[in-house]
Amino acid sequence: MKQVLLVLSLASGLAAAASPQELGAAYAAEAARQAPGFQPSARRGAEFYARRFAVSEKMPACSACHTESPLQPGRHAVTGKAIKPLAPRAEAARFSDPAKVEKWFRRNCTEVVGRACSAAEKADFILFASAAL
Amino acid sequence: MAQPRRMRLPVIGLLLALVLPLPARADRLPLPADAPPSFKAECGSCHLAFPPQLLTAPDWRRVMAGLDRHYGDNASLDEKTRREIEAFLVRHAATRSRLAGAGDPPRLTQTEWFRREHRKVPDALWRDARVSSAANCGACHGRAEAGSFRGRELALPELRKRKHD
Repeated sequence: MKQVLLVLSLASGLAAAASPQELGAAYAAEAARQAPGFQPSARRGAEFYARRFAVSEKMPACSACHTESPLQPGRHAVTGKAIKPLAPRAEAARFSDPAKVEKWFRRNCTEVVGRACSAAEKADFILFASAAL
Repeated sequence: MAQPRRMRLPVIGLLLALVLPLPARADRLPLPADAPPSFKAECGSCHLAFPPQLLTAPDWRRVMAGLDRHYGDNASLDEKTRREIEAFLVRHAATRSRLAGAGDPPRLTQTEWFRREHRKVPDALWRDARVSSAANCGACHGRAEAGSFRGRELALPELRKRKHD
């Protein structure tokens, strides 16, 4: 938690950029404090990305807006607005602004998953999106 | 066939300029210079950062009072940001009656002005997969992000053939 807070406060105060690796590591460290031995997994992240939560009718899964692949540009399922790819490989600014990352996890997890996402899920997700080929 | 049409265009343009309901040019709605960065960041992520000139102050206040139930989404903001954006919207809000009474919740696509401007858009086009939503300005207005809504910029080929306003 401390590490995430540190990253977050850096971002809000100085708009400091972080790398996806640093952000993922901060979430992983928080997850490890909750469950000792936690290691982030791109495979679990991929499963999470593909899972059909079906909480929201129009946004049942991540893919509803972000397509089947984080490398592809997406489209908002309700408004139709274009969404840039999630993968840093395709869109360099992804996972570089800790406050923005937290904001969208908060909003999208509430909307799509129906609850807040855990630090472990966030760490897995970032690793999956960063590793996407 | 193309010849008489071309000759009519300047006349139509002149007539349009005379009847346009908005003060300056209805097809130019640039983002006011005093827009706080939060406006584009918060309002422009899921949809176009809509021109504040397209709803009246009471309707903007209603929108900003119900962000936790924002057209089916929870778009809540911290109170400081919410106030900052609301003040900006209200500052540039429409005053004309044609832009009032956008419903509850207010939709800028429901004002008399908007409906009149788009009266020639066929129903099928609103339902077209490329459009998805009437709020998806950029689907047809290729330069909507730049605040430009001119007929010549219409992005869908079928619209360029038949001017829709």
